[in-house]
Amino acid sequence: MQNFLGLGPLTWITFLPLLGMIIIFLIPSGKDEKGKETSKQLFRWVTIGFTFLQLIIAIGIYLNYTAGMTGINVEGGFQFREHYNWFTVTGLPMFGNVKVDYFVGIDGISAPMILLTAIVCFVASFASFSIKKQIKGYFAMYLLLDLGMMGVFISLDFFLFYVFWELMLLPMYFLIGIWGGPRKEYAAIKFFIYTLVGSVFMLLVIIGLYFGVHSFNMLDMMDPLKYDPTSIFAPGHGWWRNVAFFALFVGFAIKVPSVPFHTWLPDAHVEAPTPISVILAGVLLKMGTYGMLRINWPMFPDSVKYFQCFIAWVGTVSILYGALCALGQFKVGKRDFKKLIAYSSVSHMGYVVLGMSSMNSSGMSGAIFQMFNHGTITSMLFIIVGVIYDRAHTRGLDDFGGLANKMPIYTGIMAIAFFAAIGLPGMSGFVSEMMIFLGAFMAYPILTVISGLGIILGAAYMLWALQKVFFGKLPDRWSGPWDPTHKIYKTDDINAVELAALIPLAILIIGLGIYPAPMFNMMNATVNHLVEFVRIGGGF
Amino acid sequence: MGPISHSINFLEELQKSVGLFAPETALTVTFLLAIVADLIFRRSRNVTGFIALLGFIATGALLMSNSSTSAFAFNSTYAIDPFANFFKLLILITSYLIVVISFFSAELYHGNRKLGEYYTLIIGMTFGMFILCSSTNLIMIYIGIEAMSLCSYVLSGYTKEIRRSSEASLKYVIYGAVSSGIMIYGISLIYGLTGHLGLAEINHSLNVANLDHITLLVSGMMIIAGFAYKISAVPFHFWTPDVYEGAPVTITAFLSVASKAAGFAALIRFFKVVFAAVPAQGSIPDATWNMLGSIDWRIVIAILSVLTMTLGNLVALKQTNVKRLLAYSSIAHAGYMLMGVTVMSEIGVQSVLVYLVAYMFMNLGAFYVVMQYANLIGSEELEDYTGIGYRAPVLGICMVIFLVSLLGFPSTVGFIGKLYIFSAVLSFAGKNGQNFYWLAIMGVINSAISAYFYIKIVRNMFVRGAEFDKEKFKLSPESLVVALIIVIPTLYFGLFPGAVIRWAETSLKILVGN
Repeated sequence: MQNFLGLGPLTWITFLPLLGMIIIFLIPSGKDEKGKETSKQLFRWVTIGFTFLQLIIAIGIYLNYTAGMTGINVEGGFQFREHYNWFTVTGLPMFGNVKVDYFVGIDGISAPMILLTAIVCFVASFASFSIKKQIKGYFAMYLLLDLGMMGVFISLDFFLFYVFWELMLLPMYFLIGIWGGPRKEYAAIKFFIYTLVGSVFMLLVIIGLYFGVHSFNMLDMMDPLKYDPTSIFAPGHGWWRNVAFFALFVGFAIKVPSVPFHTWLPDAHVEAPTPISVILAGVLLKMGTYGMLRINWPMFPDSVKYFQCFIAWVGTVSILYGALCALGQFKVGKRDFKKLIAYSSVSHMGYVVLGMSSMNSSGMSGAIFQMFNHGTITSMLFIIVGVIYDRAHTRGLDDFGGLANKMPIYTGIMAIAFFAAIGLPGMSGFVSEMMIFLGAFMAYPILTVISGLGIILGAAYMLWALQKVFFGKLPDRWSGPWDPTHKIYKTDDINAVELAALIPLAILIIGLGIYPAPMFNMMNATVNHLVEFVRIGGGF
Repeated sequence: MGPISHSINFLEELQKSVGLFAPETALTVTFLLAIVADLIFRRSRNVTGFIALLGFIATGALLMSNSSTSAFAFNSTYAIDPFANFFKLLILITSYLIVVISFFSAELYHGNRKLGEYYTLIIGMTFGMFILCSSTNLIMIYIGIEAMSLCSYVLSGYTKEIRRSSEASLKYVIYGAVSSGIMIYGISLIYGLTGHLGLAEINHSLNVANLDHITLLVSGMMIIAGFAYKISAVPFHFWTPDVYEGAPVTITAFLSVASKAAGFAALIRFFKVVFAAVPAQGSIPDATWNMLGSIDWRIVIAILSVLTMTLGNLVALKQTNVKRLLAYSSIAHAGYMLMGVTVMSEIGVQSVLVYLVAYMFMNLGAFYVVMQYANLIGSEELEDYTGIGYRAPVLGICMVIFLVSLLGFPSTVGFIGKLYIFSAVLSFAGKNGQNFYWLAIMGVINSAISAYFYIKIVRNMFVRGAEFDKEKFKLSPESLVVALIIVIPTLYFGLFPGAVIRWAETSLKILVGN
């Protein structure tokens, strides 16, 4: 792929949102005499435009992606590399030269994430039409969040990674806090503090690793020969390396979120507006598992083996606990559709963790594929909840019934997402879960069998929700049209903007369910390399 | 040596010293000019302010011109070295910004108040801090502290009509008197112990004689108490919240940055010159200081540091007044900087210097926005900040940047400061495998706690009150320019910290011995 204006595609895809944000800041909000914002549509279309450009670049990256290149710890294995010096401070006592690079590139782990981020951000910008207040601020924050997420997936310099990792916290805080539901303040601060606690310990590990290799380059940190043998995380210092591994693992597990660090997620999801829920579930959670694969596994291959069983347990517990919590939504007084899906996310991300703990090719590639699929499927589910919430202003599972008659097209689309979430063959979720179980069974047969219960529980809550909301008798309160004035909603069924958000996702889910090869081709070489690297312990 | 040659030597010494003392002399001249100008131009309220600004520029030029000088003045009681120069320049920039910010203050310009003395006293205070930064003699240090304190007592009570302000001033005087008393007692003990007041001579006595352990510990602690009072470290912080809340915002900002910086300058110099072994002539000095005596001062400072940051952060959680909240946060920041002092090494000192530069920008900026908000809504209560971000968006965004920088968010200068502090602590490897990993862990836990109250301010400004549409405030362009002047370095040095780090690195040289 050609560089444009001297900058490579990865830089463009990451920093385009910044350009969009500046443009949005420059457009005056222009209030007319009634105090209504006149530039509303402009902000929306600028955002859609920029996320669309991102998507185009992502597709370009996909088309130009060379399958079979490794990555992980081989600089030459990364594609679309850009490596510039960011800043250098020379000749410090103790520190030597401090050199921080702008070093980006993608391999088989990050390429699917780049695609996912571009797709989800584009789709969620359509879902953002339901945002009604402080539009300018909303879209500015939205684009900043987009930038932070992209940046995390492309960074190969730990300093750079950390900057992006933290950068996306602030817009997320505002997006939940300002545009969220009734308990938004609590949910937003909970999210913020949880993630921050994880990342401050990450900072200590980064500094420790820096003293080992005197560079922030992630690839150097994966090379045992580059370590200063007296440094704290040098090969041989097993105890300290395990501590570092554990600190990083917890930091990422908070983001995933794995039980017991998951409690922020239901709150954040319930309070966040629809598009932000979509991004949260679709992309943000993947940053946790991505971080593990990019950092924990190759930098501490010895500790991964030490913790392997523990990680498998974390995955299993998350699968079952998340599924049970989702089922619990049918018992307790306040039955919330969104909370159900939030807990199902905990469960589904548990599969990813289980797959990664298997340390074999099928489990790992299943995990990465599941990250992608969970992103598309859960995004769909959240948009679907958003659609009825915008109309009925409630998400209670008890408040609905028989929507299938009132909204036939909507029900059809919904069915795709629901069945994909259950893992019906022919849908993408099936392939990835299959791969994960295949891999995990080789490593931990009993745990895998136990986790298999998660599938049954998953089917139970999903079908139950389906039955409650879409079948049965339509409650009398919804018998009339959603919007009697026909100003916002002309018909009772789903509208074109919402369809525009859902259909691309549905196509991806079915398409990859039938023909998953493109995804696997992309990641195979990298995954095999990573598995082999961890197997031999990377020399540590 | 006959009497004549002695007096010639004395004259030569004086001549040399006066040259080295030029920046301080410039400040003194400015001080006098300001008083005279205030008498002549009775109508104008700002003339002393402008004279102060000009004087600061002249002082700055003089400082820059001998920035690489290393020499003793006044019979080795006064050291002109890059280390002192760094702090002087930092304090000068702070003073300059404070004078500029003061021009916008509504509470200062309330009614018919004359502000001649106000600006004059700021110059006086700056002079006191200069003395403190360079002193290598305990009596000189004491004089520096007093010169700076006396001015600050008056300044913190400058808005007489506000009861809190007078209260603040009175409390400040009382606490100040007590801590000065403790310090001078400690000085007298150490004089009794060693027979010297010069820091280098005390170092020499420590090196050759086996001094009484308890007396040394007690006197050292007492002297540290004096510095701890200035940098508002726990348990000598009691004055801080009340004074910071009561004093005019400009003075609060000044105290929290400049006075703290001066305190750190003296503290670091005290430890380095008194307790670190002087390396043999011609040898390469150790990166980590080799401490004399049997007392482990590192542990003392580490405990002080943990107490300071933990208490500052925990109490800040509960605050409802923004000024008071920032006061506790500044206590916590003193704790972070003490982490850098703890390791007592070159990198430790460097991290403190880097942190101070960061702290100067972000803290001044936060207080500046607090002042502007007080001008607009007449309150510093957190509750009254509801939705204020939408009523003054540019200031609001600046405030968010200052607050996340205080929190240590990447891409702001506060992050670079924190990074250096933690690096310094983690890099320390002492004798017998001593390390301070636990201190670093306490540090990061604290910075996670601090997120809650910084974000609380952001929450009130933006998250609450997004619904109701109050009219926007009109702010003068100049006041926005000042905000940008502070916000740009906060972001720029966060992304490209090279200049700050290099400046700190070249300022590590502390003159020791004779």
